[in-house]
Amino acid sequence: MTRTVLAVDDSRTMRDMLRLALTEVGIKAHFAEDGVHGLEVLEGLEPDAIITDINMPRMDGFGFISAVRKRPEYRGVPILVLTTESAPELKQRAREAGATGWIVKPFDPAKLVRAIDMVAG
Amino acid sequence: MADPMEEIRASFFIECEELLEAMQDGLQMLEDGAADGETINVVFRAVHSIKGGAGAFGLDALVAFAHTFETALDGVRSGRIDVDGDRLKLFFRCGDLLADHVRATRDGETLETAAHEQVVEALEALGGDLEEEEIGDFQPMAMSLDLPGLGSDGDLPDLGSLGGLPDLDFGMDFGEGGATASGAWLIRFAPKDELYSTGNEPLYLLRALADLGEVEVTADTDRVPDLDALDPAAACISWTILLTADTDEATIREVFDFVDGLCELSIKTAADDAQSNADALGEADLPLLDLPVAEVEPEHDAPAAPTPEPEPVAVPESVAVPVAVALAPPSTATRPALTAAPSAASDRKPTAPHATVRVDLERIDRLVNLVGELVINQAMLSQSVREAGVPQTSPASSRLDEFLQLTRDIQECVMMIRAQPVKSLFQRMGRIVREAAAAVGKDVRLHTDGEATEIDKTVVELLAEPLMHMIRNAVDHGLEKTEARIAAGKSPEGLVTLSAGHRSGRVVIEIGDDGAGINRARVLKKAIEKKLIPADAQLTESEIDNLLFMPGFSTAAEVTSISGRGVGMDVVRTAIVSLGGRISITSREGAGTTFSISLPLTLAVLDGMVVRVEEETLVIPLAAIVETLTLNSTDVRTLGPETQVVRVRDAFLPLLDLGTELGYRTPRGDYSGAIVLLITQEDNSRTALVVDAIEDQRQVVIKGLHDSYGHVPGVAAATILGDGQIALILDPIDLIANASGRSRISTRAELALAG
Repeated sequence: MTRTVLAVDDSRTMRDMLRLALTEVGIKAHFAEDGVHGLEVLEGLEPDAIITDINMPRMDGFGFISAVRKRPEYRGVPILVLTTESAPELKQRAREAGATGWIVKPFDPAKLVRAIDMVAG
Repeated sequence: MADPMEEIRASFFIECEELLEAMQDGLQMLEDGAADGETINVVFRAVHSIKGGAGAFGLDALVAFAHTFETALDGVRSGRIDVDGDRLKLFFRCGDLLADHVRATRDGETLETAAHEQVVEALEALGGDLEEEEIGDFQPMAMSLDLPGLGSDGDLPDLGSLGGLPDLDFGMDFGEGGATASGAWLIRFAPKDELYSTGNEPLYLLRALADLGEVEVTADTDRVPDLDALDPAAACISWTILLTADTDEATIREVFDFVDGLCELSIKTAADDAQSNADALGEADLPLLDLPVAEVEPEHDAPAAPTPEPEPVAVPESVAVPVAVALAPPSTATRPALTAAPSAASDRKPTAPHATVRVDLERIDRLVNLVGELVINQAMLSQSVREAGVPQTSPASSRLDEFLQLTRDIQECVMMIRAQPVKSLFQRMGRIVREAAAAVGKDVRLHTDGEATEIDKTVVELLAEPLMHMIRNAVDHGLEKTEARIAAGKSPEGLVTLSAGHRSGRVVIEIGDDGAGINRARVLKKAIEKKLIPADAQLTESEIDNLLFMPGFSTAAEVTSISGRGVGMDVVRTAIVSLGGRISITSREGAGTTFSISLPLTLAVLDGMVVRVEEETLVIPLAAIVETLTLNSTDVRTLGPETQVVRVRDAFLPLLDLGTELGYRTPRGDYSGAIVLLITQEDNSRTALVVDAIEDQRQVVIKGLHDSYGHVPGVAAATILGDGQIALILDPIDLIANASGRSRISTRAELALAG
């Protein structure tokens, strides 16, 4: 069974790396470039997990997570935040918005996959 | 490309260039006062993304600098730091240095650190104390793509094999001692409501524990209310886990990292009786895990999942589920709603706003060459068909015309692939202006125009060096010192303009300043001193200006550090000429100087006029020709012993005989009835060029002569015509500049011949 992950990041390099790390382990990855785009792509998608960056144009990660959590069908979808800073207040803000966990950028692919396993089974 | 990481790395540096451009644009907007609230965010994100990508490749130096810059920008973004002129200048410097960092990293070079440290200090002073902690907080970590133990066949690795991953320490160093501690652990885990509302799932945490060793899980369901009183979003169950594993507390805590603060958690080494208890259980291959899957799900998933679970809260007591079963298929079992339609989901792809393909330049060059051959071939075919006597109205002829059109379209498309806006080039010049201005202590603003103008990629690259030199000249020599400007009643801030645009099939780039203009008296004096011209030479203003292009000329009374170091304008001109371009100067005293560079759109093909002189077939670029006429006897006037002029609509133009200039024949003297081409130059002066016949007007493929013959005065290149004949492509401007102007044999010479 193939798992599906939606990854939202405005950096093409980061998307490329996520794509590589995810497809390597057979995860089907969908991508979006910012929060607004992320919500568009999410439409009709039933991802096993969502990965999102924080700093993005149009709608940032916090806004995106809140918007996803407001949708009843996505209330329980695990959301991992990709951040460059592991500052506690950032984690706290992400968690308040509804994030499930976080991965510190630059990420280690094995760790990323393990984090997905942790939250999405 | 075999290595996907190499590919991503290459693409990262391309993205960096785009981000640097966005950053430059943003800073420029801030400087111009055109910024809105989002502008600083754009600049911040650009730097942030560079840092993020650099971190992924373990480019520590780049990460460190980007971070310092980013911290300062974050200060601006959050309103802690105000942006004023000086700080903006600093940010521009930072942007330049960041670009240096990116390029040095890409090319594997090391950066000069002096300027760098100065900027970092200034940045850190700006950020003040608030950045100290954040710097320490960010720890770059190189990404490794080795995924040993992970299935590469596209299947999900099951969690059992994940447990075998060698590198599960989550980037933390626990030390050797703790890692080897073996024994039993008693873990009490009581989730709070928030654990579920953030999308966490106790089942997976328990499974992660099972990966560490053998587990015995007991669920405490005492707090689960009756079904009618059940709040599906509330946390009712807690767990006690007995873990037998070679591990330490930190590793166990790591499992609960995401739910830290969202649950009550206690981790202790188990007492002796707990240890023996675990031993007894150890006989079984798979320990039984009292895992109340059914209870977990409704609390967490039921509100979200439209498909009702048949037997959720009905089971009041804990349910024993073998670990093996719980490990393998739980996703299918517990998340039917979320995984039911993967195919429908996969149909939907994220929209990609800017789809681009990276292609090796060599391949494009090959394509350009082949299309060039196609053009030649097409011309030959047309000629053969004509010579075979096929009537113009026949279907073959009209098909051939379509073929011609198609060939031209293809050619245009291919050329467009190579075309690139001059914007990136202009942006680099912004930095040159800033650096040059700082070096000579002048206040200078750069204004750019026509950045979207496209030109052949090779030309863009080769233009950088000469342009840079001219910009430095403009700042250093062109603009007056600030005091002099104020004395002259000008704004203390000097203006350098850089513009690009299309003009009659060529691209014209102009570099202008609003300085004092060329001091012609000084230029003349210097040229005489350096014995470049005879002391009694009588020169027009334009001729004096052009002395700047003479080898070995330098006007700077004081040699400064930024320009006038060996490289003169003659080198600039040589570089421009080798690109098929021309350069000219216009200068107005007190108002400034403008250099204008005119370049061909492409280096591969040319619209030319095929002419005959004596028995030679020659090609003259169409762009240079404004008009063709046939002279009558009253049009030509004698001027001087050997030269004549042509009267064209109340203007007199010098008459040149192409045959004489190329050494094919002596001047004819009488040119009535001759065909002339009016050639225009950059300064709009015109010259009449005599040819014997005009044969055709067509597109020709340029075959360079440079590699074999070097620069031949008056000759730009060669081409192969439809009949296979080779013809020289002339550079009429160069030809005119070096022309003798002889169109008649002087009376004295005639006498000498007669005598």
